[in-house]
Amino acid sequence: MANIISDETIEYVGILAKLALSDEEKAQAKKDMGRMLDYIDKLGELDTTGIEPMSHVFPVQNVFREDVVTNGGESRETLENAPEQKDNMFIVPITI
Amino acid sequence: MDLLLYSAVELAAAIKEGKATAVQAMEAVLARIGETEGTINAYVTIDKEAALAAAQRTQEKIASGAFAGPLAGVPVAVKDNLCTKGILTTCASRMLGNFVPTFSAEAVTKLEHAGAVVIGKTNMDEFAMGSTTETSAYGETKNPWNLAHVPGGSSGGSAAAVASNECFFALGSDTGGSIRQPASFCGVVGLKPTYGTVSRYGLVAYGSSLDQIGPLTKNVSDCAAVLEVIAAQDEKDSTSIKREDTDFAAALLEDAAGLRIGIPRDYFGEGLDAEVRKAVLAAADALSGKGAVVEEFDLGLVEYAIPTYYTIAAAEASSNLERFDGVKYGYRAQEFDGLHEMYKKTRSEGFGAEVKRRIMLGSFVLSSGYYDAYYLKALKVKAMIKKAFDDAFANFDLILGPVAPTTAPRLGESLSDPLKMYLGDIYTISVNLAGLPAISVPCGKDTKGLPIGLQLIADSFQEKKLLRAAYTYEQLRGAFDLCTDPCRGNMPLRRRTGRAASREDASSLLDWDIRKGRGMENVSEKCIADCNTI
Amino acid sequence: MSVKNALQIATQYETVIGLEVHVELATKTKIFCGCSTEFGGAPNTHTCPVCTGMPGTLPVLNKQVVEYAMAVGLATNCEITRLCKFDRKNYFYPDNPQNYQISQLYLPICRNGHVEIETADGKKSVGIHEIHMEEDAGKLLHDEWEDCSLVDYNRSGVPLIEIVSEPDMRSAEEVIAYLEKLRMTIQYLGASDCKLNEGSMRADVNLSVREVGAERFGTRTEMKNLNSFRAITHAIEHERERQIELLEAGQQVIQETRRWDDNKEYSYAMRSKEDAQDYRYFPDPDLVPVYISDAWIAAIRDGLPEFREEKMARYKEVFDIPEYDIGIITDTKHMADLFEETVAICNQPKKVSNWLMGETLRLLKENAMDAQDIRFSPGNLAKLIGLVDSKAVNSSVAKEIFAVMFDEDINPETYVEEHGLKTVNDEDALRKTIEEVIAANPQSVEDYRGGKERALGFLVGQTMKAMKGKADPGMVNRVLKELL
Repeated sequence: MANIISDETIEYVGILAKLALSDEEKAQAKKDMGRMLDYIDKLGELDTTGIEPMSHVFPVQNVFREDVVTNGGESRETLENAPEQKDNMFIVPITI
Repeated sequence: MDLLLYSAVELAAAIKEGKATAVQAMEAVLARIGETEGTINAYVTIDKEAALAAAQRTQEKIASGAFAGPLAGVPVAVKDNLCTKGILTTCASRMLGNFVPTFSAEAVTKLEHAGAVVIGKTNMDEFAMGSTTETSAYGETKNPWNLAHVPGGSSGGSAAAVASNECFFALGSDTGGSIRQPASFCGVVGLKPTYGTVSRYGLVAYGSSLDQIGPLTKNVSDCAAVLEVIAAQDEKDSTSIKREDTDFAAALLEDAAGLRIGIPRDYFGEGLDAEVRKAVLAAADALSGKGAVVEEFDLGLVEYAIPTYYTIAAAEASSNLERFDGVKYGYRAQEFDGLHEMYKKTRSEGFGAEVKRRIMLGSFVLSSGYYDAYYLKALKVKAMIKKAFDDAFANFDLILGPVAPTTAPRLGESLSDPLKMYLGDIYTISVNLAGLPAISVPCGKDTKGLPIGLQLIADSFQEKKLLRAAYTYEQLRGAFDLCTDPCRGNMPLRRRTGRAASREDASSLLDWDIRKGRGMENVSEKCIADCNTI
Repeated sequence: MSVKNALQIATQYETVIGLEVHVELATKTKIFCGCSTEFGGAPNTHTCPVCTGMPGTLPVLNKQVVEYAMAVGLATNCEITRLCKFDRKNYFYPDNPQNYQISQLYLPICRNGHVEIETADGKKSVGIHEIHMEEDAGKLLHDEWEDCSLVDYNRSGVPLIEIVSEPDMRSAEEVIAYLEKLRMTIQYLGASDCKLNEGSMRADVNLSVREVGAERFGTRTEMKNLNSFRAITHAIEHERERQIELLEAGQQVIQETRRWDDNKEYSYAMRSKEDAQDYRYFPDPDLVPVYISDAWIAAIRDGLPEFREEKMARYKEVFDIPEYDIGIITDTKHMADLFEETVAICNQPKKVSNWLMGETLRLLKENAMDAQDIRFSPGNLAKLIGLVDSKAVNSSVAKEIFAVMFDEDINPETYVEEHGLKTVNDEDALRKTIEEVIAANPQSVEDYRGGKERALGFLVGQTMKAMKGKADPGMVNRVLKELL
């Protein structure tokens, strides 16, 4: 494997992705990610000099809404699936 | 006759003529589900009462003339990553095990406004990440042709439901082949439209720049009818495109004259199963016999499509799936100490292994210091792949090839090696990268009796060419499914009893023997011959 | 650090400051959905599936946001990016329902601008690196009793522009002057009310210090949670001192984000192992690029208002009012508009100015209001001036009426009729009242006749009181003197 994924990298990506992996999962993730990156490295074979990165396939532009109120006034639907709620708000662990 | 043997369009016509009702159709489907679902597991959620009530309301509107289209009264199965108002939408994940959307996906709404009636939600790979429907948190779906094999994925539940007559048609989504490949494995028709043709509003995003919703149907005519209903610009989806040419049924002509069809040599190299190769090339010959000009060519860049796809799709997925955090909906870990532990536990417990794998990869390729080398590079290769297709379509109307290198693998075979599973997407993935439309049409079976799919790819917005060629081929091919014209008759759908299916059991509820048996009871010798030679 | 040391050190170091200013735009709806941006409302009522991050939802851009952003860019001499795009900024926080914020990193809508500021040290140009569009987050309320936080997404998706300056400022005075300039400009555009205390304008301060004459910048910190000019000034002073102390002690400044606590007048690092500060920006695949044509730019440019400097110059030329008054009146576009519209009706710039400079400012201060909050209309102010001119009401009655008008924008003419406030111009009636006053106050009459001028004032007051304030003071004086 050309790409060796370190424990620190797995730890760091876990923080970014908010995933806590078990030791077993970490070992597997290191292996899987290394293999995938080796595979992705194949793209390095291609000379992409001067090529514009393509995020949208079609040149669609300027799709807008007019500034007119169309929604709102009802909190029931918003909170319908909330795991925990209070006073029409979502409860989360204290953030301060 | 048995209602289940109708195609979607035929059923709507029968209902319109008063020969059947929407309620009878729904009852027939629910009865069928009652018989087979315990074995197939095509659905995650079915609310019988609600489905029957909706069928009743629809029947009233049909009677009053409010619904008159070619899908009015037809029961439809919806992939479980499409939001359905008031119906559980799980994406086959523990994460959304209790999520009931407050709105419906635009494509579902369009179908309902056309009089189609939702039966329930079909199984899939978790968050559409997978090619076998084995990553579902709600059990694997079995291939109706052989219960020891996978139905393909990620829209495996939709494909299996169509193939086993547990619905009249289904909606799926296709990010890298997720409609076409299961359609191929289950012997049904599946179409991935041009990016932007069907609104993505209400489709739980996996790879937003690649995702498209499309139909899985019993035949090409149904496929055209469904596409005609769901293809529409939607002001809620900025990437949806205004099209004038959505009268797709008009493209159903039995005529391939003048169609220039290119066969990419790079789709027929190493790794392609010999039986698949033979069946696909035979289909090309058949079209050539109907006036198509078939030629080989080199498409190029084929081996770069998979690494490009997995970089882009994983990156987008890592961001799209951030919203599943235990705050607003879905799963929340029971015990945690503080905000960040709540996030981590919720997500680690809520997501399955394949989803976590792709989120990790996606987060990594976007992270500081790697963005240019991986993500930006992939976007550049994507541009090159699009260019390769543009060049091909300068010479050809259609590209013809296999959908997948093999027929459906056995259950459990793919999960052990993710990279190998990813390689199975080689012929479908570049279509999503280039935003093109493509269709999968059954074109034979291998010696194990598993269906083989023919893939036709067209240039952007050329679905009509796809449908015309697919329809022409389908007419040449003759009966394949339970429900195509030559095999239709008053055939009973027999329930196989007394034997529990096991993975080793090569037989199935709907295996070829049953179909052939039915054919023998009712259909002419010619039809049987047709069915066998394909 | 002793005072002497502080002085010595202060001469060695230069403060380098750049600002990131967030401004909430005055659109009716949010940036990516049709929910109202109105303040207040019960929690989670100005919400929909889009701005609460429901699965399957997609953003659609509000055109007005683009136009406001362009207008601010043109007013601050920026180049408009012809093809601009939106990117996702990924980070987990409960006020951010998708756990990514839609913003602009790679192709922001405006770049390379500048504004002129003026401080006691003279005039100076502050560069604007870029202006980008993005969405605001929801609000977190903390229930320390229950040990939890509560999330309200009413503000989630309210449009913001972030104006990023170059590190061109060197003092708190320059920072304040720059912010005042931005506030004035954006208010004139009507793109935002720019209230720091209400959060519709928020400034994060990037600050570093370096030895005077050094080529390279020092390591900077970013200071957040600055809700007033006072807080900004104090935070800058404190941070400058903190960094100098670190350097003097041979330590290094750490690049970090710090939070200002205005009550305790100190800042602390917002560090956490869980905040990797790696936002994994990438182009948002759900939004298409915005292409801005020459014609569109020209249309926005044509719609730009007359800004303060031009207005002040014109007022000086056209209206005969003091320069000080011009400064106050043009401080907000709202007051300037009020002035011009009233003058257009009554053609009495001096009198209009007096009402604004006098009673209006007094009542604003008394009610702790901003000039933007003035509610009375130019038509009613013109009518009040007309009533005074025609002597229909005297000046003290006019002030009473004005106070009511200030609160409720009443029509002064109708109000005078309804409340019987018209000045009594009937000299016979006045004469009769004065005779009564003289009869009732013999001592004062005697004092006046004895040469005490002050006694006259008392008698005028008594007369006005008897007339319920509705007499013309000039006439009262004349008749009183006559009778005495």
